[in-house]
Amino acid sequence: MSTTVAIIAGCAAVTAVIKGIGPMALGGRDLPLWFNSIVVLLAPALLTALVVTQALADGRHWAVGADTVGVIAGGLVAWRVGSVIACVVVAAGVTATLRAL
Amino acid sequence: MDAAERRNARLLEGVRAGVPFAIAGGMLALSFGVVATGSGLSPVGTILMSAIVFAGSAQFTAVAIVAAGGTVGAAVVAAALINSRFLPMGVALGPSLPGGPLRRFAQGQSIVDASWAIAGRGDGTFDRWLLFGSTAIQYLGWVCGTALGALGGGILGDPEALGLDAIYPAFFVALVLNEARDRRARGVAALGALIALALVPISPPGVPVLAASLAALVGLHRSARAEHEARIAERER
Repeated sequence: MSTTVAIIAGCAAVTAVIKGIGPMALGGRDLPLWFNSIVVLLAPALLTALVVTQALADGRHWAVGADTVGVIAGGLVAWRVGSVIACVVVAAGVTATLRAL
Repeated sequence: MDAAERRNARLLEGVRAGVPFAIAGGMLALSFGVVATGSGLSPVGTILMSAIVFAGSAQFTAVAIVAAGGTVGAAVVAAALINSRFLPMGVALGPSLPGGPLRRFAQGQSIVDASWAIAGRGDGTFDRWLLFGSTAIQYLGWVCGTALGALGGGILGDPEALGLDAIYPAFFVALVLNEARDRRARGVAALGALIALALVPISPPGVPVLAASLAALVGLHRSARAEHEARIAERER
C-alpha cells in the first residue's frame, strides 16, 4: 500500500507542478508579438510529435504496425471527409481488422 | 446575453468538443484499469491514481515501471518526462489566464493535450472556458473508464484487438490538419515529427515530444528572417 501511495503522490506532485508552473510564471499580462507567434506554431509541432511517437514507435524503437496503417487511414478520412468521428472509427476499425487477420 | 451566459455557452461548447476525446480516453482508461490491477495495484488505488494524477500515458508508464521491479523514484521521473510537454503548453496558456499566481497555477491543472489544442484561438491566445469544459468531460471519462476497468476486469476484451490504441493518434492527426493550414505551420509540423522520431531510439519516452517544441522556435526564426528580408527588398525598391 505504501508503494501505491508513494507512486500516486509522486506522479500527482510532478504533474501538478509541470502543468501549473507556466501559468503561474507568465499569467495576466500581454506578452510580445514574437511570443504569440511561437505559441501558434507550438500546436502543430507538439501534436505531430504525439502522432509519430504513438503511431510510428513502440517504446524506444521505431515500429510500423497495424495501428500505423489505421492512423494513416483515419488521417485520410479526416483530410478528405473532414469528420473527426469518422476518422477515429476508421482508424480503430482498420487497426482491429488488420490485427484479426 | 450577459457575461455569465456567454461563459456558460463556451463551457458547454468545450464539453461538446471534448466528448469524442472523453469516449476515446474512457476506453484507454478502461485498459489502464485492467493493466494496473493486473500488475498488483488495488482497485481503489488504481481509481484514486486516475482521479488524482489524470495523465494517461504517464500513468501507464509509472505502473509498468513498478510492475517490472523499478523503484518509485524511477516511475515518478518517467512520469515527469512523459508529462514534460505540458510545460510548453502551460507557458503558452499562461498569458490567457486571469487572477493571481495561485489561481493561475490551479487553472493550469486543466491542461490536457486535446483541450489545449481545442482552446487555442489560432492567434496565440486561448479560450479558458473551452479548455475547462473540454477537460471536465474528459476527466469524467478517464475516471469512469478506470473504475470500470479496475472493478469489471476485461468486459470489453483486449483494447489492442479492438484497435483502440489507434484512436488517440488518429484524433491528433485530425487536429493537426486543422492547425497546419499555412506553409509555415506545415513546415513546423514536419520538423517536429522529424525531431521526435530521431530522438525515439536515443532518449527516454517523453523527451522526443518535448524536444519537438523546438521546431516552433526554428519556424519563428525563419519567418522573422523572411520578413526582415522582405522589408529590405521593399526599401531597395
